[in-house]
Formats: sequence, structure tokens, C-alpha cells
Amino acid sequence: MMLSRVAERVYWSGRYLERVANTARLVSIYETLLLDLPKTVKLSWYNLIIINDLEEAYNERYSVRSERNVVKFLLGDEDNSSSLINSLTAVRENVRTTRDVVPEEAWEMICELTLYVQDNLELGINRRSRHEFLEDVIKGCLQINGLLFGTMPHVASWEFFSIGYNFERADMTIRYLEAGLTAILQLEDDDHAVNSQQVIWGNVLRSLNATQYYLRTTRSPVKGQEVLPYLINDPHFPRSIAHCIQSIISSCGTLPQSEPIIKHLKKISKKLDEQVDFSDAGEELLESLNQLQILLTSCHFIISDIWFPND
Amino acid sequence: MSIAWNDYPVGDFYDEIISSPGNPRKPAQKLFSYLKSLNSEDISSRVNAAELAIKEMGISFTVYTDEGNIDRAWPFDIIPRVISKPQWDKTDAGLKQRLQALNMFIDDLYNEQNIIKDGIIPEFVLKQSVNYRPECEGMSPAFGVWAHVCGTDLVRDKDGEFYVLEDNLRVPSGVSYMLENRSIMKRVLPEVFEKVDIAPVGDYPQRLFEMLGSLSPRKIKKPVVVVLTPGIFNSAYFEHAFLAQKMGAELVEGSDLVVQDDDCLYMKTIAGLERVDVVYRRIDDLFLDPEVFNKKSVLGVPGIMRAWKAGNLALANAPGAGVADDKVVYAYVPAIIKYYLDQDPLISNVETFLCYDEKQRNHVLANLDKLVVKPANESGGYGMLIGPHSTQKERDKFAQLIKANPRNYIAQPTLALSVAPTFVGKHNTPEPRHLDLRPFVLQGKTSYVTTGGLTRVAMVKGSLVVNSSQGGGSKDTWIVDTSTEGKA
Repeated sequence: MMLSRVAERVYWSGRYLERVANTARLVSIYETLLLDLPKTVKLSWYNLIIINDLEEAYNERYSVRSERNVVKFLLGDEDNSSSLINSLTAVRENVRTTRDVVPEEAWEMICELTLYVQDNLELGINRRSRHEFLEDVIKGCLQINGLLFGTMPHVASWEFFSIGYNFERADMTIRYLEAGLTAILQLEDDDHAVNSQQVIWGNVLRSLNATQYYLRTTRSPVKGQEVLPYLINDPHFPRSIAHCIQSIISSCGTLPQSEPIIKHLKKISKKLDEQVDFSDAGEELLESLNQLQILLTSCHFIISDIWFPND
Repeated sequence: MSIAWNDYPVGDFYDEIISSPGNPRKPAQKLFSYLKSLNSEDISSRVNAAELAIKEMGISFTVYTDEGNIDRAWPFDIIPRVISKPQWDKTDAGLKQRLQALNMFIDDLYNEQNIIKDGIIPEFVLKQSVNYRPECEGMSPAFGVWAHVCGTDLVRDKDGEFYVLEDNLRVPSGVSYMLENRSIMKRVLPEVFEKVDIAPVGDYPQRLFEMLGSLSPRKIKKPVVVVLTPGIFNSAYFEHAFLAQKMGAELVEGSDLVVQDDDCLYMKTIAGLERVDVVYRRIDDLFLDPEVFNKKSVLGVPGIMRAWKAGNLALANAPGAGVADDKVVYAYVPAIIKYYLDQDPLISNVETFLCYDEKQRNHVLANLDKLVVKPANESGGYGMLIGPHSTQKERDKFAQLIKANPRNYIAQPTLALSVAPTFVGKHNTPEPRHLDLRPFVLQGKTSYVTTGGLTRVAMVKGSLVVNSSQGGGSKDTWIVDTSTEGKA
């Protein structure tokens, strides 16, 4: 049976690997979002810091909220524990200490990706080369995920990896929805507002790779009252909160002693099923997302209590 | 530009590859003609490929410095060292013989002590050995074997013969690098493997796993075998993880294990506690169990000695096995082989002077500038005096040390360590560099020796220090069978 310590590290590998890909995608999408919005809309790069709850760490480091500083902080800052490079190093260190349960090639791919990021970080910070750099990082993550998906037997180690990345995904999806809502609440009520809303929700979809399937599934143009329920409740889209929760429930179901966490997750599912009025994109909706985020965060502590080392 | 192989200097030392200017030794013939076919661009592209492969494969080791621990890429030279199969077969037999006798010796020391009663070894040698563990007295591990994994350091002298330089019976490391060196070579010089009959090295992890499994006190089909590591900050962590992965065993840290009131060892899993049968421990004796040894150790497992002594657990290597890699005991190994096996040693020792003996000590003190002085219980090349390279001040210091604690020092003549061509400098010029060889020997019910071993190279010109912690590098080691040539 799997060691508790190894379970914890594999879980974090899943989370950090997902975080690397998410960070790369977020930075690359944000660039195009800003280009699409009318000049009257004052969205700043600093919003990315807010989305990720990094205000405190950022302000200790930088006083100017410029594009270059924000991107540098998110991609390459050693003082930011969630920066792309630190997340990648965390994946590497976790895999290094659990090499006996992950496929051999995974270790090599992670070393390669880490080397690539270390050697080419400047490409990511410079605007002209940023897109290509981030694409390469995303591809590297996909490659590793693909390897694990295709070769790891679906035993406990796989389940912990999968719990980790689904957890991180659900967390990210909520953050993006909150960010979208917040941006919309900040819009001035002028001629551009409807168009700007569409741009913002469009980018939320894109940052989750959801546009294509959103359109096919909802058969609706991009608008808040359709995007929100799709990303929260669609049972099939892999980044919807409902789907992530469902995946975590089925992973936990294969593991010993899982009753308390499954009970908690089912509570979340139930909350997702509640009727919400998505047409009113206001404070109330934001508060309800906030509640969801708190419930989700507490999952981590329950998981940790059951399976991870407690000393 | 081609490489000027004819300018490569030969003659001062035994060269592993070249016998006279421009002429290779027989087992290295095909390798040499291949190397000669490469121009300097070919060479540098292969050297770079090897460096890249090492980084990508994540092959590293840790160096402890004042500024913190640094993870360094493994230093590697792409020219292999070549040994002929007949010579290796003899060495293989000699290594097995030696470990067998050493295990009988250790078992005797912790039980009857016949070798002392019969006057072969003086009692004080044992009494003053820092690696003797009275806690182990009366124990009798499976097959009478205490040192299950041994890394024996061999050197080749001017005459081309192998000599044993030291036995490492505690937690010898390096075998993962031996295996990784071969993987690098296959990536970088695949062409040569098609032409030369090189013995494979890859079965070590399986042999290790079988040997460990055979030690299980519970006679069950699938005993639980774990590798116990001190953790990520240990310089050999890479190897611990590597071996666990290759064996399919759990890699555990002290905090993953617990001994219960039933004196059995358990590991903490996601489903609760699971019993462990065999621990391949890569932690020194003194940190193994805070109940018995170093009270402050947080690396070990409280009670693990209790479980071992109760016969509920096998430890490899057994605690106390290090008593036999004391360098004073080393001097007695030929006598030990004779005493227990009634055989002559197949591999010789290097001539060794014991400083506790007055006559030998005076010889050592009078010849400090010619000898290598070693402390009896250090490893990793630390605390040594290399006479010919020393200053008067260093020699004075060692004279004091020897007089203050003669039992703790031995001295050996400076060997004319063999050399092999090694690419150095930014132009990758082949130059002779000194090397040694560490084969790994397993003993359980039966014995096994790796084909070849880890070849370590002193990368600094004229230097004899091969330890990776002190700037040494490494090479792949080929055991080549020339008898099959021409048949294929």
C-alpha cells in the first residue's frame, strides 16, 4: 500500500503541474484580452496578481504595477511561491522524491522542461517572444500529463495525482469566474459595456480552453448567464467545477478510509445544484462563488487529515 | 581537425587503453579505431551530447559547501575504460572470496571470536575499532552474512594487476552512476556497441532485490522490501531513489517507519500500518536507531534495532558490519581469508604499514614524504596525507597525529595508479588521467559481482583523488570479450 508521505507528494505534483500550465495559459490569454478591450476600460495587469491572491507578496517585491513586473513576478520570481518557475521546481522536487511511483520518463521530461524554463525565462518576460515561450511550456505540461495518463496504472498513486490536478483545476476555474465577475462589476455603464462583457467572458472561456465546447453545448453566444452555469455545472467539460468535483469523488472512492472527504464533496455537489439566478451578475453571485471557494479549500485539509503524514 | 593520438604520452603508468604510442591494447582495439575515426568536431558534439543527456536524465550528486548544498551534474568522460574478460573473471572470483571471508570474520567477531583466541588478530584492534558495535554481540543474521552489499575499491598498479585499496562495508554508494554511465554511453556512442562485445551491467538492481528478498524473516511469497534514505539532503539521494525505482521497492525515510510493541517494523501508508520485512538501509549505524545509538538522530527509526534483534526484520547491511572496513583490519584480510577459507587471496592487498606496531611506525615516520597515510575509519578520501604531494608542515602535523593515536593510522606506498585517455580542456585533447574502479559485490545465500563497476577518474592532471566530492569524474567500464570476435 502506498506510503502517506508519497501520497502527499504525488498529490502536490499533480497540483503544481496543473498550476504551471494554468499560469502559462493565464498570462498568454490576458495579453489578448487587454488588446481587445476598448481603451476606456481600465483593466490592469495587476488583476492577475489579484486573481491569484498574491497582492501581499507582490507589493513586498515591487512598487510599480507594470506589465513587465507582473509577468516577471508570475513567471520567474523566486520569491513568489506560485510563480511558474517555482511551481515547476516544486513538481521536480516532488517527483524526485517519489521516483519509485511515477514512470521513469516523467522524471526526464520534467528535468527537460525545468531546464528549458530556466534557460529561456527571458523569452517569457519579453513581449515579442512571450507567446511562443508560453506555448512551449504548455506543450511540455501536456506531454507530461499525456505520459502519466497513458502509462500510470490506475492505482492509488494515480488517484492522488488526479485528485491533485482536479483540485487545482476547480480552484482555477472559480478564480477565473470571480475575476470575470469582478471585471464586469468594474465596467462603466456606457455604450461599450455590452461589448466589453462579451470580451471578458470570451476570455474567461479561452483561458480554460472552453470556447469551442461552450459554443457547441450551449448553442448560445458568449454571455454571462450562459458562461457561468456552463463552467460551474457542465457535467462533461473537464474544467467545469462539477466535473472536477465528480472526478475527485470517484478517485477518493477507490481509496481507503475516504468517507469523510466523500461526504464533504457531496455537500459541494449539492451546493452546485442549487438554483442560482445567473442573469444578475452582481455581488450576490460573487459571494456565492466565494463560499464555493471556501468549501473547496477545506477539502484539502480533510484529504490531508485522512491520508497524509500527520507529524 | 583530427585528434593527434600519436602525441598521446604513454609509458609513465599502466595505460588502460594504449600500450605504446598509437597502439591500443587488444580489448580496446575496436574502441580505439572508432575514436581515431572521429575528428575534433565529432568529439565535441559527442561530449556535448553526453553533458546534455546527464542534465536531462537528472543525474546529479550533492556537494556540501559553506554556501549550502549544491546539486551538481555528474561529471563524465566519454572514453570508456576497457578490461578484458579473462582478467575480469579472475577479479570477480577474488571479490567473492574476499567478501565471503570478511562476512565469516564479522560473524565470528560478534559471536565466538575464535580468530582472536587463535591469535591471528590482536584483541585491541577490535576493542579500539570505532565501528565495533557491542550492541550486536550474539546476533546471527541469515546465512551468517552481515555485509550484504560491498563496494570494493580496486586500483591497477604499474604491473597491470588489480589490488584492493579498501573495502566499503557500511553504505557504499556509486552503483547507480555505474548504471547511468552505461545509459549515457548507449545514447552517445551507439555505433561502438554494435561492433564490440561488451558485457551488460543492467541486472544489478534485480540481483539486489532478489538478495534482499531472500533475507526476509517472514517466509512469505512477496516480502516487503524498502530502501531507507536519510532524505533529499544526502549526497547519495539520487542513488537511493534510483535503486528503489529500479527494484520496485518503496523509498522510505525514517519518519515513514514505526516499531510497534510487538517489536515489528511498520510503514505508514494511506491505509494504515503495513509490516516491513527487509530494510536496505542507506543510513549510517549511528543514526539508525536513537534508542540505541545517537540519541539525537531524527533520521533513524526508534526501536529498529529491537525489531532486528528480535528477528522480525532483516537489515542490509547489518549494523556493525563496518567493523571489517577498518583500515587496520584491512591489513589482516589476507590472513582472514587464509584462516576462514584456507585459501590464498586471489586479489592482493596493497602493502600496508600498521602504525600501532613500533617498527612499522618508525618506518612510516621516516618515510612520510613517500607514503600515503590514511586514518583507519574515514571514507571519501578525507583526512589523508599524500606524501609526495605534501608540504613539510602537513607532514609534521601527521607525524603528531600518528604519535598521538597510532592505532588510528595506516600507511601505504604511493601507487603508480593506472591511467586512461580522458578528454580534457575546451579542445577535448586526450590526456592520461589516473583512475580507480569500484565493483559492487552482493552476498546473501549466493554471491554476485557487477560486471566491471564504477570507474572514477581524477580529472586534475597528476592528481590521485578520484572522489566526486573532490572534483573526480567518471567513465563507463567495459568488460570486453575478444574471444567471440570474428565469429559474428
